[in-house]
Amino acid sequence: MSRVGIPRSLFYYYYYPLWKSFFSDLGVEILTSAPSNRHTVERGIELAVDETCFPIKVYLGHVAELCREELDYLFIPRLVSVEARSYICPKFMGLPDIVRALIKETPPLIDITVDLSRDEKCFKKDIIRVGRLFTRQASRIQLAYQHGCEELRLCRSLASQGFTMEEAIKIWEGGAMEAEPETDLNIGVLGHGYSLYDERISMNLVKRLRAMNCKVLLPEHLGSEVVEAEAATVPKRVFWTLGRKMLGSALHLSQREDVDGIIYLACFGCGPDSLIGEIIERKVRDCKPFILLTVDEHSGEAGIITRLEAFCDMLRRRRNCGSESKLSPYGVSLHSFENTV
Amino acid sequence: MKVSFPHMGYLYIPLKTLFKGLKLEVIAPPPISQKTMELGVKYSPEFACLPLKINMGNFIEAMEQGADTIVMAGGWGPCRFGYYAQVEREILQELGYDFKMVILEAPDSRISELLLQLKALGEKVSVREAYKAIRFAWKKLIAIEKLEKMLEYCLPRAVDKNHMETIFERALQAVDEAESQQEVEKIAQESLREMEKSPFKSAEVLKIGLVGEIYTILEPASNCHVARCLGRLDAHVSRSIYVSDWVNDHLFGGYLRKSNHKQIMQSSRPYLNYEVGGHGRETVGSTVDFARLDYNGIIQIAPLTCMPEIVAQSILGKVSEELEIPCMTMYFDEHSGAAGVYTRLEAFVDMLQRKKNLPSSPLLLEARA
Ligand code: SF4
Repeated sequence: MSRVGIPRSLFYYYYYPLWKSFFSDLGVEILTSAPSNRHTVERGIELAVDETCFPIKVYLGHVAELCREELDYLFIPRLVSVEARSYICPKFMGLPDIVRALIKETPPLIDITVDLSRDEKCFKKDIIRVGRLFTRQASRIQLAYQHGCEELRLCRSLASQGFTMEEAIKIWEGGAMEAEPETDLNIGVLGHGYSLYDERISMNLVKRLRAMNCKVLLPEHLGSEVVEAEAATVPKRVFWTLGRKMLGSALHLSQREDVDGIIYLACFGCGPDSLIGEIIERKVRDCKPFILLTVDEHSGEAGIITRLEAFCDMLRRRRNCGSESKLSPYGVSLHSFENTV
Repeated sequence: MKVSFPHMGYLYIPLKTLFKGLKLEVIAPPPISQKTMELGVKYSPEFACLPLKINMGNFIEAMEQGADTIVMAGGWGPCRFGYYAQVEREILQELGYDFKMVILEAPDSRISELLLQLKALGEKVSVREAYKAIRFAWKKLIAIEKLEKMLEYCLPRAVDKNHMETIFERALQAVDEAESQQEVEKIAQESLREMEKSPFKSAEVLKIGLVGEIYTILEPASNCHVARCLGRLDAHVSRSIYVSDWVNDHLFGGYLRKSNHKQIMQSSRPYLNYEVGGHGRETVGSTVDFARLDYNGIIQIAPLTCMPEIVAQSILGKVSEELEIPCMTMYFDEHSGAAGVYTRLEAFVDMLQRKKNLPSSPLLLEARA
């Protein structure tokens, strides 16, 4: 039985159910790396060039960890675009090449190219090419891919019921659901999934908010039509898939009566975040209290907890003052650029 | 309508000519200064990359001088540049400026679209006049680049480096003011000859390839004048990008003249096998080409956090090792100081000179003493 390694990082959080079903149906054993921890981060930092953003460093750490296992292949897709006329980030487009250049000995890479910016032709060919590594039957490959897509849909609809993608994947794999805590605040939380749902990168942002009795609203919980419709109200279409999702979600959340505040988790050194964060802040700050949290490998947990607590306290006081007025009792809404946690 | 645009190297000269040819009143932003930088930094998102901040400074200064229309380029990603104009417009509007922003965006580099957009700007002109304006601007651009390449060759070899630079600056100004194609050609020829005839040292010089992000390469104010510094340290610098190449490849789809773009892309294999936006792939491809041409070293420059260049940098390590060519990467932001940059360049040049057994430049000896 062949063994394929999948790093638990980056698009893992968006696509794992698809790839896992696809490979399993072809009789392949899947090995994922452990959730990000201190070692993953350290290894990633050693490998990456300094200026790389935190998520890519973490990814390299995961890859390095998998390279120590007995594997036939390592799955490092080149994600150029997952929908028409949109991109993820230039770094995703060079990922397999970056891995080859920075890590000396890797198992053979499965570097399938996902580029749906124009059409699906190349991608379909590439799926077959990948499947052929394990079986000769083209029909079996196609079926496996379709099955994968269904599982992904299933997992996403699970997530839409109030879970993070990471939790949804766990439940999808047979894990138990956690009991819902009592909540008195509704907070919209935005950020790239691979930062938000990676507990090391986000320093457990979502769970911490829940522990502070907040109900967390994520882009996955909002209907994609609503999100796209809101995102389409800006003069120029945002050509980053994740950026557009976040902008649309932010605009939607900022108009909802039941939402008390919005948090945007940005990564230090992230290109799209540096502009999308700015636009969101400008659009949202007159309607809702907003904070922009910027994290990098040096961020400490203590800092983030303090800021979250302060934010929640403010929201609760604001609510108790009676919120007929949209203005916070402190004049302008709380926002900040410089505070890097 | 008083039109302005952002600075990028000497591009302001052909742009002025182009807009004047379209019968528009032009207000070029004042040359980039400390003040430009300060304004730009003050009003831009903190984590935006340097070119956006300099753009902002340019726009504010131009509007202070009366400009009411800004012409800016756009794009469709994946690099941030495609969204610059949107963010810039938001911020400038909030600052209370009353202006129109014209964003030139050619989907899929279709020249016809672009011409239409240009035409819309100069409503008063006929198609023929528009065509003439483009031709004249292109002529100026080509003349300037000839001068630049000559300076790159002569500066490291010259006995009197100040003199070289003076000829160059004078020629630039004359091209800027020239009213006809004949005049441009005359100025260029005379200045080129004058540079060639100036006394040279006979010594062999280092050859360094300058690769990286386009704005940082073209705009000396964004890179602490890397190319001039290197010339003064006796290194002959060849850039991977000239404006004309970019205009030809990206706006005119290789229509104006033969392009070596394909060749560069080919050279990037097997190191980087896909487009990564911006000039990331060109950076890797050009590095390979320079190495094959026996250049002594490569310097990659880019704004801090530039995504495509970070991909390229991650890969250059391997290229450098396999093709045995020293590579150095320098990122620039508003905190980059000329002194620090100069020190790093000196150290790099010194290392290359030792490697090649060339005598150190007198400036270096002086610096070390
Ligand atoms: S989108 Fe941002 S965080 Fe993600 S890889 Fe690109 S620069 Fe890094």
